[in-house]
Amino acid sequence: MRTDDLIDALASDAVPSTGESVGRTLVLGLALGAVVSIAVMVLWLGVRPDLMPAMRTGPFWMKFAYALSVAALGFGLVERLARPDGDGGVFGPMLLGPLGVMTALAIYQLWGASEEARMHMMMGHTYQVCARNIVIVSAPIFLGLFWAMRALAPTRLTLAGAVAGLLAGAAGTFIYAFHCDESAAPFVVIWYTLGIAAVGVLGALMGRSLLRW
Amino acid sequence: MVRSLAGDAAAYATLLRRLNGHLRAYYLRRLGSGRAADAEDLLQETLIAMHARRSTYDTTRPFTAWVHSIARYKLIDHFRRNRRRAEEPLDDMDQLFAVSDSNAVEARIDVDRLLQRLSAKSRRLVRDVKLRGLSTVEAAQQNSISESAVKVGVHRALKSLGAEIQDEES
Repeated sequence: MRTDDLIDALASDAVPSTGESVGRTLVLGLALGAVVSIAVMVLWLGVRPDLMPAMRTGPFWMKFAYALSVAALGFGLVERLARPDGDGGVFGPMLLGPLGVMTALAIYQLWGASEEARMHMMMGHTYQVCARNIVIVSAPIFLGLFWAMRALAPTRLTLAGAVAGLLAGAAGTFIYAFHCDESAAPFVVIWYTLGIAAVGVLGALMGRSLLRW
Repeated sequence: MVRSLAGDAAAYATLLRRLNGHLRAYYLRRLGSGRAADAEDLLQETLIAMHARRSTYDTTRPFTAWVHSIARYKLIDHFRRNRRRAEEPLDDMDQLFAVSDSNAVEARIDVDRLLQRLSAKSRRLVRDVKLRGLSTVEAAQQNSISESAVKVGVHRALKSLGAEIQDEES
């Protein structure tokens, strides 16, 4: 095909493209994945039976605040890195904020606890499955986001994959927190973070091949 | 580009034609003139990619940076596919828009087009002083007006052209 003909063909297809912004595409992928993730969580793990009384306690909200703040920053990062000339900007360093707050809270709790209580605060009773479950619950969101990213134009594929994974992990963690009945900050900062980071690492590894265009 | 995103086909065609020249020069320089066919393939691939992913252009950021990122990405992808290492540094954003094989023609057309918008008198002054390279004194004599009238006339004409160019680009 001659390049001039190609240009004519493309120009004749110059429909307004306002309806398909980057943010909208990502939200769509995220939302579709989240629907499946919620179904996986409810059907496979089940919502914690004491959801209503737990909602009146601080630790319940702490977990959601952690997952949600990481997810919000992750979304900001993904939205920028989905563009060819995008960089992470201020959102990358800002991720240290939620992590720092959670770590401080965890240290504070451990400080005031007895020797044997400390071990329990870190390990809870679900440490063997927590990170693994987060990865599984995050998987549909991961797929939804990568599907959305493939319609966009990231040029730093490993980094874009990593932040998309991070966002998927944080969103999956948010959903998983409806099942998980752990309430100690040390547990959350260790195992939740591990689960989110694992999904981020998966994204980084798969970005190079999945996000090529 | 902003007008193209709004669905202005004519503006879009003009834009693509201009980019065509820039991108062909960019790829030819990077691949070497012996690989003109590869350059043409890359050029087409880049144009299609830009078209398909034009929603990723953020209108508050420089359009040239967006184009350059895509062009560079496609070039790196090409090297990677062909298992050939890019030996040269690829951060040459200035160069993409510095040279184009259609630049000279394009510039002349642009200048002629813009000059049409001036009055006959100012057009003549701008041509004499800025294009033919006459001094202010010579221009004043040829047009039988005072030297300061030449200066003021040229200054005003350029200023109004500057304003028009800005309107066009935004």
